[in-house]
Amino acid sequence: MNYLLRRLFFYASAAWTAVTLNFFLPRLMPGDPATALFARFSGQMTPEALTAMREALGFTNEPLGRQYLTYLQHVLRGDLGISISKFPSPVVDVIGEGLRWTLFLAGTGVVLSFVIGSLLGVIAAWWRRGWVDQWLPSVFSFIGAFPYFWLAMFALWWFGFTLGWFPLGHAYADDTVPGWTLEFVADVLRHAALPLATVVLATLGGWLLTMRNAMITVLGSDHVNLARAKGLEPRSVMLRYAARNALLPSITGFGMALGYVLGGSLLTEVVFSYPGQGYLLVQAVRSQDYPLMQGIFLFITLAVLAANWLVDLATWWLDARTRESAS
Amino acid sequence: MSGPLHAPRMGPIELLWDAVRSDRRALSGAIILAVFLAVAVFGPHIVGDATALVGIPLQPPSWEHWLGTNGQGQDVFAQLVVGTRVSLAIGFTVGLLVVLVGALVGVPAGYFGGKVDGALSGLANVFLVLPGLPLAIVIAAYLPSGPVTLGLVLVVTGWAWNARVLRSQALALRRRDFVAAARVSGESRLRILAVEVLPNMTSVIVAQVIGSTVYAIGAQVGLEFLGLGDVSAVTWGTNLYWAQNDSALLTGAWWTFAPTGLCVALVGFALTQLNAGFDEITNPRLRLERAWRTFLGDRGRGVERSTPVVRDHD
Repeated sequence: MNYLLRRLFFYASAAWTAVTLNFFLPRLMPGDPATALFARFSGQMTPEALTAMREALGFTNEPLGRQYLTYLQHVLRGDLGISISKFPSPVVDVIGEGLRWTLFLAGTGVVLSFVIGSLLGVIAAWWRRGWVDQWLPSVFSFIGAFPYFWLAMFALWWFGFTLGWFPLGHAYADDTVPGWTLEFVADVLRHAALPLATVVLATLGGWLLTMRNAMITVLGSDHVNLARAKGLEPRSVMLRYAARNALLPSITGFGMALGYVLGGSLLTEVVFSYPGQGYLLVQAVRSQDYPLMQGIFLFITLAVLAANWLVDLATWWLDARTRESAS
Repeated sequence: MSGPLHAPRMGPIELLWDAVRSDRRALSGAIILAVFLAVAVFGPHIVGDATALVGIPLQPPSWEHWLGTNGQGQDVFAQLVVGTRVSLAIGFTVGLLVVLVGALVGVPAGYFGGKVDGALSGLANVFLVLPGLPLAIVIAAYLPSGPVTLGLVLVVTGWAWNARVLRSQALALRRRDFVAAARVSGESRLRILAVEVLPNMTSVIVAQVIGSTVYAIGAQVGLEFLGLGDVSAVTWGTNLYWAQNDSALLTGAWWTFAPTGLCVALVGFALTQLNAGFDEITNPRLRLERAWRTFLGDRGRGVERSTPVVRDHD
């Protein structure tokens, strides 16, 4: 329990750092973005709404310390202000809209990549110097040398434009009506196929290598030798004795990968004009929608921290050593 | 784990030179890198003004314009050459700075331990867990766009990993006899850090600088692609930004983005090769594995089921 509490404290302090950065960044910057922001607002909003907005972002006429407290209060209540570019929707609503698509795209992507990559890693380690082991790591490190978004652009150009197999962007076609119909689901999948493929291709190599290296270490250990000596079926030795133990480093990496995917899917979403969080964030920056920008950053950060905390729980549950060292 | 604690004390330049001479991968990496550096230094003088409007927009490659023209009618090849200078300059500078900041935080954390370690590693861990790209975007959005902002953002989001690696190196070195000897003989802590600890980390630091440069070039191109650099400057990232914004993709103008990506990949590949070769000569474990493989190979055996053992004395 001690271990989990310590981790929780760590994530709480990371979250606090993010909130504090969010508060101080606009105040440290030259050119006073706040004034510019409220100047743009003043034509659109009633004085009362403007005051509420100032409070939500902490730009009141109080001393800095009080402003910070006001801001913290509003963040804790989930009040992140009002989006400028999507006026008059509250930031929270806009984020909710984008979150669905990001969770769908990034979530599916990271799970697919993790499963396929780890399986290939098991295969590569089991049949050492077989063709999977010889070729795939170099193929993926070659792919990894390119900037990710460039691969995505290339895929969009080749498979979307030249061959015309996939649509050129967005989450679904303009003429399909959203809803749980077969037609809509098929359309969403068709639009997600190409972005998903690029995410999986770009991140697969990491899982493959982590799993392969961990597998090789585990395959040399005594309990695997014993299982072999007992004459157990090779497949059972491979999956139940070796792979299960070798999965631990990958699971630890999973938390970091979630962070990478939530942040990195940003580039996917921009290239494919996919209406998720990342696309919204870049749009917010371009239209100087600071409340939305800060809200999305805060939200992505909290999601990443929560994911890491879940991974810690999983590690704690899987690895007896973390429990032992705590007590 | 590339802890070459036994390696003879050499400066970074000597170590790199050694790798280039003795390892084929390092040599190939160094040659590619040299070509790009030459382009960065001399190229802009040869191709002239890259922002000049030279022809009809989005023309495919021809004898006149080797890589065609972009959406504004500028020569893509000239832009690629001119962009090399800024992109590499930022890449190498940030690569160095990231490791410098990482060392300033990581080495004291590992060497002093205790409360210093608690505070410094805590800070590094927080920055490791915060999502880098969104943080970079938010910081860059508030600052005036330009190379300084870009560099600052990349250092802020990139230093923590280096701090963690260098911390564990310093931790390992602290327990070694010669450091203990220096401590017992009453040398000051700063002197031990500067004279005993840091020189023994040279090869790790060089490897980190190379690795961080790969990161810096990739991340910088990514941020500029998102429009967070100075979009009026000519760099690899802004070239890609304009390729995306002028809808070059949706009109099939592959020549506006393909060459830039290839260049980024080539530089990244060259640096990785250099690093791999460098690791090969400075990492005692890899050196031994190679010797072991030749030893077994001479006797017609495979190495699958064997582990090389590091000998502590030669």
